[in-house]
Amino acid sequence: MSAPKKTPLHDLHEALGANLVDFAGYLMPLRYGSETAEHLAVRTSAGLFDISHMGEIFVSGPQAAAALDHALVGTISALAIGRARYTMISNEAGGVLDDLIVYRLADETYLVVANASNVAVVREALIERAKPYDAVVDDRSDSYALIALQGPKAAEVLKRFTGAPLDELKYYAILPGAVAGIDALIGRTGYTGEDGFELFVASGDAVALWRALSEAVEVSPAGLSARDTLRLEAGMPLYGNELSTEVSPYEAGLGRVVRLDKPGDFVGRAAYAAIADVPPARHLVGLVARGRRVPRHGYEVVTSDGTPCGVVTSGAPSPTLGRPIAMAYLDSGAVPDNQGDLFVDIRGKHEAVDIVALPFYKRAAS
Amino acid sequence: MSVPEQLRYTEEHEWVAGLDNEDGVVTVGITAYAADALGDIVFVELPEEGAAIEAGEPCGEAESTKSVSDLYAPVTGEVTAVNAAVADDPGMINSDPYGEGWLFKVRVDSDPSDLLDAAAYAKLIEEA
Repeated sequence: MSAPKKTPLHDLHEALGANLVDFAGYLMPLRYGSETAEHLAVRTSAGLFDISHMGEIFVSGPQAAAALDHALVGTISALAIGRARYTMISNEAGGVLDDLIVYRLADETYLVVANASNVAVVREALIERAKPYDAVVDDRSDSYALIALQGPKAAEVLKRFTGAPLDELKYYAILPGAVAGIDALIGRTGYTGEDGFELFVASGDAVALWRALSEAVEVSPAGLSARDTLRLEAGMPLYGNELSTEVSPYEAGLGRVVRLDKPGDFVGRAAYAAIADVPPARHLVGLVARGRRVPRHGYEVVTSDGTPCGVVTSGAPSPTLGRPIAMAYLDSGAVPDNQGDLFVDIRGKHEAVDIVALPFYKRAAS
Repeated sequence: MSVPEQLRYTEEHEWVAGLDNEDGVVTVGITAYAADALGDIVFVELPEEGAAIEAGEPCGEAESTKSVSDLYAPVTGEVTAVNAAVADDPGMINSDPYGEGWLFKVRVDSDPSDLLDAAAYAKLIEEA
């Protein structure tokens, strides 16, 4: 193992007293103080996240759209300029290599944002898959920092720092603009279940942008621990937990991202065509624990007679619900007729859980 | 990280207070270092009053956002009291680990020999 990389904001995190952990090869802030307070700050006001570990891969050229239609499971060519889409990159067997957000920045320019742990895999796959096309794949992850401002007050805060027309910037859209005098790409995307923005800036500008935004009284720095509980409450998958090469998007409840209706072949099409109309043998469910012990990643789900019937993919105490929540893959035949008949083996003791619809938390319409 | 001089410690990050008490009843909690490493503690399972616990054996657990850890009995004896307030509001362990965040009291059976003094515990967490 080589030493973890530092983000451009590393020294700032240290000065803030962050608890730093190695995450996907980067030294990242887990929390600055209380992760519960950070979570609630994002739900009620605004949180500032360093997510510079994420990968920024640009795909450009006359056939960039066609290359991405072939390389990814979505219809990327149909994306309007300035809009974003949640999609995936698959292998031939239909296993998920990563989940992605793709932004169309210009007619012939796309920005693909990949998970830190998968940047190399995504880059290499895109380079290989783009070869027959007139398109260039350029991994600029080291040149970019990514700062997320998330929460119900994110928009009013950001407006104080930019003249960019945020009122016209829809959810899953992006526009270029100066923020605190710094050139940025302003995406209205996030991973918290709240309104918010993801700001792509040159690495060298990250400290100045963070300092400016963190001066707003509404804004608290927030770490990966809060980010994880926020996304879990919002029912958003995490690669490595809910998604992997071993699960299909259909099992994850994300079959809608696989566009079998798009023209042309794409990597994974044959595998998906074979399973798209077959009910999956297992599927992702939301669980709320009746007790206070927390179902965690890897714990077994069992029926009332103790038969294993699934596995927890993510679990945590939910600050918003005040109870433990989890996502789990459950054998489709094992969904009990009655609530109260499903359990999670929590270190040897079977604790009752109820199945609930995802997401656990949905923000009020603004 | 605070390591009060008058307490004794285990390698599993519990503290013990009152070893010199004439009634032989000591108070047990987890250290500031452990509470900080766990993050916000949301649930503690404590031994029951009257339970016999044995030094070095698990006797409960502490859950935080990110992880769960066993609590180990630092001494052998009978549990004479548990902190009901901390069971209701485990965040007290984070806010006041050596005070209101105490966990339980034990009437010690045998003389605990292998507890660490403050200097030894401070060295342990420095090297961790």
